[in-house]
Amino acid sequence: MDDIKFTKIHNRKYLQYGLGMIFGFAFGFLLQKGRVCYYDVILGQLLLEDFTVLKVMLSAIVTGMIGIYAMKAAGWVKLHKKSGSLGTSLPGPLIFGVGFGILGYCPGTSVGAIAHGSLDALIGGVFGIMVGAGLYAAVYPRLERVLKIGSFGDRTLIDLFRARNPWLVIVPFAALIILGLILIETMGL
Amino acid sequence: MTAVLNILTDSAWSPYLVGVGIGILSWSTFLFSNHPLGVSTAFANSAGMIEKKLRGPRVAAKPYYRENKPAIDWEWMLVLGLFLGALASAALSETIRWEWVPSMWEASFGSNVVVRSIAAIFGGICVGFGARWGRGCTSGHGISGTLQLVLSSWLAVICFFLGGVGMAFIIYRLL
Repeated sequence: MDDIKFTKIHNRKYLQYGLGMIFGFAFGFLLQKGRVCYYDVILGQLLLEDFTVLKVMLSAIVTGMIGIYAMKAAGWVKLHKKSGSLGTSLPGPLIFGVGFGILGYCPGTSVGAIAHGSLDALIGGVFGIMVGAGLYAAVYPRLERVLKIGSFGDRTLIDLFRARNPWLVIVPFAALIILGLILIETMGL
Repeated sequence: MTAVLNILTDSAWSPYLVGVGIGILSWSTFLFSNHPLGVSTAFANSAGMIEKKLRGPRVAAKPYYRENKPAIDWEWMLVLGLFLGALASAALSETIRWEWVPSMWEASFGSNVVVRSIAAIFGGICVGFGARWGRGCTSGHGISGTLQLVLSSWLAVICFFLGGVGMAFIIYRLL
């Protein structure tokens, strides 16, 4: 499993710091050009009036999915899957969502929003999110039992459908997302 | 040449162009850094590092920080780059404006900076707390996890939007 491409590059710490910054630069540039770092655009999405955020996310997912699974099939990359449980993947993200609706930025877009001068993204976004993360570290020992409820590991939808060939899930899934995007466009959203 | 410059100074690109760009970017981070795009861990690391500065080394003994060592790492550099990239984009399109209260908020709740700031901090605390509890945010789960078809990420992103849509409707349609 360890014969993926470019392991020599992966192991060079400072080169990786540089690459991380370059990739981040591209990420921030794209998010800002996509207008998804604006409070009004994000709230427009959450009020189901402006679908910019979903268009960006879904087209990133389709593009990324096809490339990553193709490179995985070629043995170039390995997956980085996060495991979950009902105790982690439902309550935490729901709390995140409530905060997302009030703050109007997620962690990445709050950093991008500061860059165009949104100071509520600095005080609420960066400061508030760090306080929240610190609070979580403080209560973490008391949550340990909840986190283990209904554990399902790092399984993927491919595992869930018990598909022997991953493309039997990837292709219909990508088609479904593209269909959804076409539907959004035809509805004029 | 001017065509390229016009693209760079544009204030809005097609969301599909941006999405495909982020997808290709994620190929690059997997291939050259063996790392998915993700943002919220860098916030947790920063919180840990600041807390350590303020309260001393006993902070590092907390179970959460023992399992997730706070340090400057690849993802931290990614977030630094994210800021610089967004700054470059906004500077090129000349769209940098100092603003405490977003226009949509102001239209419904007025221009009071204190009210917006308190709401934003409360929202931010929930975002940070929930991101750690759910092990990721709209980048780590919402893009990187979903594109790998990971179940925990799809559940998380559905809950992000359920919570977000619910809260947005409460704020703007009920209050």
